[in-house]
Amino acid sequence: MESESKIPPAKKGIIGWIDHRLPIFSFMDHELNRYPTPKNLNIWWNFGSLAGIMLMIMIISGIFLAMNYTANTQMAFNSVERIMRDVNGGWLIRYLHMNGASMFFIVVYIHIFRGLYYGSYKPPRELLWALGVAIFLIMMATAFMGYVLPWGQMSLWGAEVITNFFSAIPVVGEDLVQLTRGSFAVDNPTLTRFFALHYLMPFLIVGLVVLHLVALHRFGSNNPKGIDITSPKDKIPFHPYYTLKDLVGLGVFLMFYSAFVFFAPDYLGHPDNYIPANPLQTPAHIVPEWYFLPFYAILRAIDFDIPLLLFTIDSKLAGVLAMFASVLVLFFLPWLDRHPVRSARFRPWYKIVFWLFLFNALVLGYVGSQPPEGTMIMIGQAATAWYFIHFFVLLPLLSKYEPVATLPKTLDEPTI
Amino acid sequence: MTQPAVNRRDFLSLATGAALAVGVVGAAKPFAQSLFPAKDVLALSTTEVDLSTIALGTTRTVIYRGKVVFVRHRTPEDIAAAAAGDATAIIEPQTDKARVQKPEWLVVMGNCTHLGCVPKAAEGSDHGWACPCHGSHFDASGRVVKGPAATNLPVPDYRFVSDTKIVIGLKPEDKKAS
Ligand code: HEM
Ligand code: FES
Repeated sequence: MESESKIPPAKKGIIGWIDHRLPIFSFMDHELNRYPTPKNLNIWWNFGSLAGIMLMIMIISGIFLAMNYTANTQMAFNSVERIMRDVNGGWLIRYLHMNGASMFFIVVYIHIFRGLYYGSYKPPRELLWALGVAIFLIMMATAFMGYVLPWGQMSLWGAEVITNFFSAIPVVGEDLVQLTRGSFAVDNPTLTRFFALHYLMPFLIVGLVVLHLVALHRFGSNNPKGIDITSPKDKIPFHPYYTLKDLVGLGVFLMFYSAFVFFAPDYLGHPDNYIPANPLQTPAHIVPEWYFLPFYAILRAIDFDIPLLLFTIDSKLAGVLAMFASVLVLFFLPWLDRHPVRSARFRPWYKIVFWLFLFNALVLGYVGSQPPEGTMIMIGQAATAWYFIHFFVLLPLLSKYEPVATLPKTLDEPTI
Repeated sequence: MTQPAVNRRDFLSLATGAALAVGVVGAAKPFAQSLFPAKDVLALSTTEVDLSTIALGTTRTVIYRGKVVFVRHRTPEDIAAAAAGDATAIIEPQTDKARVQKPEWLVVMGNCTHLGCVPKAAEGSDHGWACPCHGSHFDASGRVVKGPAATNLPVPDYRFVSDTKIVIGLKPEDKKAS
């Protein structure tokens, strides 16, 4: 808190009067208007603001869906069909929400890979990165629970499989499963609590996004060259330069989003979710939504027991642990990659490893979409191994042995 | 003036902190409990199955406590396959005898012990089940023969109340006394 004498006198007008007492306008001016930003940001810096806009679209469309949705196993499926057929504009609101989840993940995945490529997780931005990973985790939980709400076949069996992850934990596993379900099987108590949490968690994300931005604005944005910006000439005000650039990106992105909503609304979903949930029969081939496929492939890759010195981890627990580890490892990234250079532009070795990692992630996604048979099993296991080798072997090795390039001092200094 | 190592104020802060902690834990308890299965969920605890309507060689799928149970009327070949399986079920060894009350009736939970999908009758010769989700395989006695599942399909409590009727959820007749 500043001592009263340091506060400048109130500006004129009603805004000035309010701002003097509640400095919300000068805060916004400082963070969104004047916010000094590196002048060389490229298109990949567009995806943070897109993620924020997607979050707002999800919250608004979700609240309108909730006005017509009924969280009860007998009524949920029909209430969603009623939204689609009878509620005015309901089909649009639902398709915006359904495809919005996919768009949100596309944007966030690009945003994450941007960070990986340009080393945005490196000091002093470790907590900024960790907050991002936390947002990603809650987003996954939110999307999973949302997918359960329409109570189709995929809703039910996805929920069955995912809540069963906890049964892998020794001793307390079964109790934990009942704790998450509120019932022995996935049933009405599960649906009602998932709806409550699905409504709650996006607002937790909003809170984390605020912290994410506070951490961002502490040191300012990273940039494609990954260098610390010391010269004021290298920064430009956020408005109008990046507000306008982000708006152009938003326009293109909304066209992409609309193409799905209006021309292929069910392309990214699974047709079986238009069959009402049936606890007696599992669909022949259950797959999660596309954005979970790489993690699903990791879960399935471990189909063997892992003997340790004193005890064995059985295949089921091992698969579940590997899957959680594949997300949680991201928290530790700043300490696994300790190379002093941020941007892959000046790290030719890391650049290769980065593209291999991206390719490997796509392979995992493909394997996750296929039945676990034949060569798919081996490819999945190799790709899973590569995923962890990247973090625990390659990055530490590169930190030690990759030569440190001489970096430009300013953004204008030419580089070869 | 020297201060004693522990003074009145330290004691008061500690006591207040402790009382607060007890209060918070006490208040959190009912919230945590409310997440566990409620009384009405627990009350739905038995399922009756009329065996006379299950033809030889077929399986009836019923719901018990919201979960799936397979009631299978086994043919002599099924029984032979299950007995032969005593040697091959090495992931969680159990004899077929120990898993049935009457050899021609196999009653097992029908949710895969991996992550809960409902396995389908397998094409193969072992008269068992294959899980569509991650490829686990169970034999004619419901024992796991291929992972990722690590345990056999459990046998629920059930009792023959007559020759043609079982009640799932009741302890078997001979165990009742003990
Ligand atoms: C992080 C933001 C969010 C994500 C990623 C998300 C994701 C999802 C997904 C994937 C579905 C399933 C759509 C389908 O297949 O039918 C869904 C359904 C639903 N969501 Fe959300 N959601 C979010 C925010 C919200 C919010 C804030 C609400 C407000 C109440 C909400 C309310 C609903 C309702 C009522 C449904 C069921 C109707 C339906 O299935 O279309 N969502 N959500
Ligand atoms: S649920 Fe059956 S193999 Fe995974």
